[in-house]
Amino acid sequence: MATAAYSIVFGLLGLASLAAAANAHDSLFAFHAWLVAAACGAVIVYRLMTHRFAPRSQPDSGKYLDSVVRAGTIATLFWGIAGFAVGLVIALQLAFPALNLDWSFTNFGRLRPLHTSAVIFAFGGNALIATSFYSVQRTCQARLALGNTAWFVFWGYQLFIVLAATGYLMGVTQSKEYAEPEWYVDIWLTIVWVAYFAVFMGTLLKRNQPHIYVSNWFFLAFIVTIAMLHIVNNLAVPVSLLGSKSYSLFSGVQDALTQWWYGHNAVGFFLTAGFLGIMYYFMPKQVERPVYSYRLSIVHFWSLIFLYIWAGPHHLHYTALPDWAQTLGMVFSIMLWMPSWGGMINGLMTLSGAWDKLRTDPIVRMMVLAVAFYGMSTFEGPVMSIKAVNSLSHYTDWTIGHVHSGALGWVGMITFGAIYYMVPRLWNRERLYSLRLINWHFWLATLGIVVYASSMWVSGIMQGLMWREYDDQGFLVYSFAETVAAMHPFYVIRAVGGVLFLAGALVMVWNIYQTIAGRTRDEAPMGTPVPGTA
Amino acid sequence: MSDQEIDPVSGTETTGHDWDGIKELNTPLPRWWLWTFYATIIWALGYMIAYPAIPLINGATKGLLGYSSRAEVAREIALARSAQARFLDQIAQMPVADIRKNPALFDFAVAGGAAAFKVNCVQCHGSGAQGGPGYPNLNDDDWLWGGTLEDIAYTIRHGVRFSDDEDTRVSEMPAFGADDMLAPAQIADVADYVLRLSGQKFDAAGAARGQDVYAENCAACHGAAGGGNRETGSPDLKDAIWFYGNTKRQIMAQIARPKHGVMPAWGHRLDDTTIKQLTLYVHSLGGGE
Repeated sequence: MATAAYSIVFGLLGLASLAAAANAHDSLFAFHAWLVAAACGAVIVYRLMTHRFAPRSQPDSGKYLDSVVRAGTIATLFWGIAGFAVGLVIALQLAFPALNLDWSFTNFGRLRPLHTSAVIFAFGGNALIATSFYSVQRTCQARLALGNTAWFVFWGYQLFIVLAATGYLMGVTQSKEYAEPEWYVDIWLTIVWVAYFAVFMGTLLKRNQPHIYVSNWFFLAFIVTIAMLHIVNNLAVPVSLLGSKSYSLFSGVQDALTQWWYGHNAVGFFLTAGFLGIMYYFMPKQVERPVYSYRLSIVHFWSLIFLYIWAGPHHLHYTALPDWAQTLGMVFSIMLWMPSWGGMINGLMTLSGAWDKLRTDPIVRMMVLAVAFYGMSTFEGPVMSIKAVNSLSHYTDWTIGHVHSGALGWVGMITFGAIYYMVPRLWNRERLYSLRLINWHFWLATLGIVVYASSMWVSGIMQGLMWREYDDQGFLVYSFAETVAAMHPFYVIRAVGGVLFLAGALVMVWNIYQTIAGRTRDEAPMGTPVPGTA
Repeated sequence: MSDQEIDPVSGTETTGHDWDGIKELNTPLPRWWLWTFYATIIWALGYMIAYPAIPLINGATKGLLGYSSRAEVAREIALARSAQARFLDQIAQMPVADIRKNPALFDFAVAGGAAAFKVNCVQCHGSGAQGGPGYPNLNDDDWLWGGTLEDIAYTIRHGVRFSDDEDTRVSEMPAFGADDMLAPAQIADVADYVLRLSGQKFDAAGAARGQDVYAENCAACHGAAGGGNRETGSPDLKDAIWFYGNTKRQIMAQIARPKHGVMPAWGHRLDDTTIKQLTLYVHSLGGGE
């Protein structure tokens, strides 16, 4: 019955997609309709192939629904490597423009959103979905709500990623940073996101615990706020229901403000609140110590949630945005400093009484570095929001360096730590293949981040100073092309940082692959000298 | 709360919650954290009183300091203008030739021209005015349309082949190949002749045949001796400076299907003082006549 129902529903959806492809107004929309039709076909084929006519036992009917978390973990690794690799390509394109290949599909303008979306939404999003599903079940002592809806969330999200990514390469974009996908992809993501909310909320509602753990507050804030940001910023009127183009409901400075209200809170609620949820579950688990302060977690949660949402206008200092809005964006960013640091204190101080683990446990080392970078970026952010600083830093590589110390240092490292924690438990392995390889990953990634961030600081500050350099007669000293030429060495250094970070991630993939395959590496435990060396 | 559990390591009591093995200490808020948080809030309130901050129905609060970013920009621009006004006023009133005679004013004008060049001209002519394929080098004394102050000013004002300016400099080399004016063999021959004119390696037989072709088709603009003609912007073919390349293949391509660059007329975009400064700057680069 279920198979028949599935086949009918997906068959009708597939036919509708085919009809849309046939009547599409542009070839880009037609391609995406074909893609959806192919996805529907794949679902039907999979259902038919796995159909059993006799009753059978459910393969995943244990206390927790972990198969979807396993899939999410693999997807996180896959999109992580893809996103880091594209990042390296565009870093090299900036240093060596010939690598644009003079071909529209590979030019920087299309690959750049592919990189940002792949790391933020594909890598980060899958990490958040997987870790939130993992930890919400355990902290609620309840299986994920709504049956297989979690699987719909997983596959629906992958379809969103593929539609967005292929769209970028073909040139489908509504030109809003971090919100490039067009209206029909936005609608699909909204549907998937509501299902995600329902599964998460449903699991919280059926919890077998009197209270809701702090990591779940952060995950819930992330899910709810992202839904609101996504819907409002993407309000648009399609030119045709069978075409890829749409026009935003907003224009001019209202559009800019809406966009940066969205953009900044994508950082705040996706990359900060969501990953604090990861930190609050996986750090105490790995360290095996209680969370430092329950009171601090309450106060910093509510102050962070309340203050973050107002800080977006600091992306529009010295623009057509009215002065009062710039003032508010700046002061809310300054007030955000301590609420952000509450998470850092709670993370670092959870180690009190277990600091020796930094020596013996590279996963703890990774998590501590993540929290340290979190602290650094959330201090740097308020500093950069100060108008006097922003007049130098805005539009320069300093911003790129800031984003990456947050993205590679905080988001990347806490995700790697969580993956290393989950994988042996998800696949029932005694331990990871190799702790020493994690140590390699740690150092490659750390070096990569330091090289990346410091080259961008130097490049960005130099760039800003050159732009504003006037001679004693009041004339501009440098042409724009001269500032670009001056940045070249730092672009090369930045690409080296990217190589190191990507190499570390590949070491992780190898380690995880071997772990899942059930192998363990014969090695001296961490914190002891390797036999044969002095 | 007598049954409260005490964490043995820190000596702090826990909240009594236990989530999948995770417990929480009931540590109070760190004082330094709380006071720094208060301090940022107080600072924020102070800043909001001093600067425009609260939106009202019409406009917003002005703030005690009366700050406005637009007024700030206007003030800075006015300040920069007034610092330069003495020189700018003189430049506006004097012909360019006279500006050269006043060293202080000339220095200022060249510096101003260099700055305007960095913003408006480097995109084609390069940040060192060194040019590139299809874009003239402005440092040498090989001028297409003349290198006197008057010539340079005219070119800047009216541009080259710029259709929106009726006084623009115009010339167009015929497409000898594309319009079947010369046979491919003749184009090859005349290219050899041009190679000979410019003192490069050439095929003697071809150049000999090409000499007549040159006299009939090219000499009218490029001159009988190949020295070019500034009236028509025809390049000098004897020197080592080439617009679209000096190989036989490149020369043949330019004869068969010539490329023609366009320079915008800056008289519509820049004020007269800036154009005078640009003229003096370009003239001072080395090739001014």
